[in-house]
Amino acid sequence: MSERQLGDTILEVNNIGLSFGVMKVLDDISFDIKKGEIRSIIGPNGAGKSSMLNVINGFYHPQEGTITFKGETRKAMAPHVAASHGIARTFQNIALFKGMSTLDNIMTGRNLKMKTNIFWQALHLGPARKEELENREAAERIIDFLDIQAIRKKPVGKLPYGLQKRVELGRALAAEPELLLLDEPMAGMNSEEKEDMSRFIIDVNDEFGTTIALIEHDMGVVMDLSDRVVVLDYGKQLADGVPDEVRANQEVIDAYLGVPHE
Amino acid sequence: MIYRETGQFKANYADDQALFPIAQDRYVVIAALIVAFGVVPMVLNQYWLNAIMLPFLIYSLAALGLNILTGYCGQVSLGTGGFMAVGAFAVYKLMVAFPELGFIPLVILSGLITAAVGSLFGLPSLRIKGFYLAVATLASQFFLIWLFNKVGWFFNYNATGMITSPPMTMFGVIITGPEGSPMAKYFLVATIVAVFALVAKNIARGRIGRNWMAIRDMDIAAELIGVRPLIAKLSAFAVSSFYIGMAGALYFAVWLGSAEPTEAFDINQSFLVLFMIIIGGLGSVLGSFLGAGFLVLMPILLKNILVDGFGTDSALAAHIEIMTVGALIIIFLIVEPHGLARLWRIAKEKLRLWPFPY
Ligand SMILES: Nc1ncnc2c1ncn2[C@@H]1O[C@H](COP(=O)(O)OP(=O)(O)OP(=O)(O)O)[C@@H](O)[C@H]1O
Ligand SMILES: [Mg+2]
Repeated sequence: MSERQLGDTILEVNNIGLSFGVMKVLDDISFDIKKGEIRSIIGPNGAGKSSMLNVINGFYHPQEGTITFKGETRKAMAPHVAASHGIARTFQNIALFKGMSTLDNIMTGRNLKMKTNIFWQALHLGPARKEELENREAAERIIDFLDIQAIRKKPVGKLPYGLQKRVELGRALAAEPELLLLDEPMAGMNSEEKEDMSRFIIDVNDEFGTTIALIEHDMGVVMDLSDRVVVLDYGKQLADGVPDEVRANQEVIDAYLGVPHE
Repeated sequence: MIYRETGQFKANYADDQALFPIAQDRYVVIAALIVAFGVVPMVLNQYWLNAIMLPFLIYSLAALGLNILTGYCGQVSLGTGGFMAVGAFAVYKLMVAFPELGFIPLVILSGLITAAVGSLFGLPSLRIKGFYLAVATLASQFFLIWLFNKVGWFFNYNATGMITSPPMTMFGVIITGPEGSPMAKYFLVATIVAVFALVAKNIARGRIGRNWMAIRDMDIAAELIGVRPLIAKLSAFAVSSFYIGMAGALYFAVWLGSAEPTEAFDINQSFLVLFMIIIGGLGSVLGSFLGAGFLVLMPILLKNILVDGFGTDSALAAHIEIMTVGALIIIFLIVEPHGLARLWRIAKEKLRLWPFPY
């Protein structure tokens, strides 16, 4: 896939440094993500991958470095600002709204597309009704796309793990993001579920042109899907390049085989 | 007629989105309205209207309010009694100062005043959660009651510290205070409660309700899809207090006629309304009514059965009542946190698929 035409840079992180107390979780990380690409972040457990996504969508505020998203450079941004600028994500440990139905979870993902005030909503007439219906249609398109019609009205807390991951993807897609951050979307899935999820990721990228940053431990999946891969280890950036380069990199091989750090 | 969904297909999302997408649900609501406005006033005597229907409806409104905050938005509050007092004192001051505005506008104004006060006391919720928030709201309960006892302006400096509802009329009938007609009071309260129950249902099923529930279920994820915790929590406090304030206004002006803050609005009121939503069902409009109905009726039933039927000592009967409520709270919290409303839904689901269980 590396021969695909990539667009302009949509996101660039420069010299990011993040510490919790004395622990340096991210140390001088710099990479970019181009429009339309699938960009993977890999590394052993505790490497700082999730922390990196948390920095991108404003949940962690790095002490050093800058983030440039769509041409605007910031030290950090508040999560709802990241959301309103078109960044959506899923979580490593599913973070669905457990008491709500699949449909309501996905509708909540459309929150930023909805504007009518409380007085129209109280009456559920006019603009509020129109808005609700339009967004319902958008939500239904996502439900069809992910093939989860049958669980539309089910509370998500009771769904099997694989389906919950799918609903969470649906909620993120509902926001029609430009940049979608996926934190281990296939963790804990069997191979059939992984195949489905890979298919969805490719389709989202193809059909909607969504740029994707993906954290994944399954190397087969990563090498298949990614345009480029950045490798982290103990908060440091080990490598950055197309899958074949990364695969051949001796430091990366060492990190994965567990060669002790000197 | 059999309650079932099978065979009712929705041709478009508008139908599926309707308030009660299943025809039988619609009939149940219409039937409830016919009973409330047609049958009840015909068959119930003044005692029943006054002693049961009025408190049931007024507590339903308060329970709806608390359910918005606690059931939908997940913010525990023990300040309900204090906020009812705000509504009561607001309507009292307004009735004395601006009687020409009419009673219903004054009740709504009292609700709005309570909404402002409630949002103010909701500010700590931005930093603290759960148990600590409960303690903070408890503090607001005590502060408000202290304020209404202490500051003479609130009760127009009368010697007893009590407030008494001046008589106000609607369509020429007295609807407040002791001289009011129970029938007129009933129609007034039932109308207000029906309208605002519909409003609550509408808000709960739209964007704002979903955002409240998102904050309740997973506030971090909510924030990352653009829900502002500040706006969601404060709006829940505001809308909740609006309902509780109106309930307090009706409780004082229509039902009690006169009130003394410590007696009428103390911490027991806060717990009573909280128990109503736990037993009725957290996050359910219907549950607010079921819980209020249950806790208003149960003491009367128990008293009738135990004291009048078996000749039990009335102090003992009161203890049995407290123990029953306590046991029910524990049972519902452990076994069925969605309360009576959930039991109703399960029964419906069974019927819905009948006669094919799968
Ligand atoms: N909020 C936090 N407070 C303190 N330490 C944290 C915090 N978040 C992350 N860390 C630490 O930062 C390091 C990197 O964690 P992170 O979750 O980013 O790793 P990861 O690469 O996603 O690992 P995994 O593959 O296990 O998900 C870990 O040592 C973790 O304990
Ligand atoms: Mg992680």
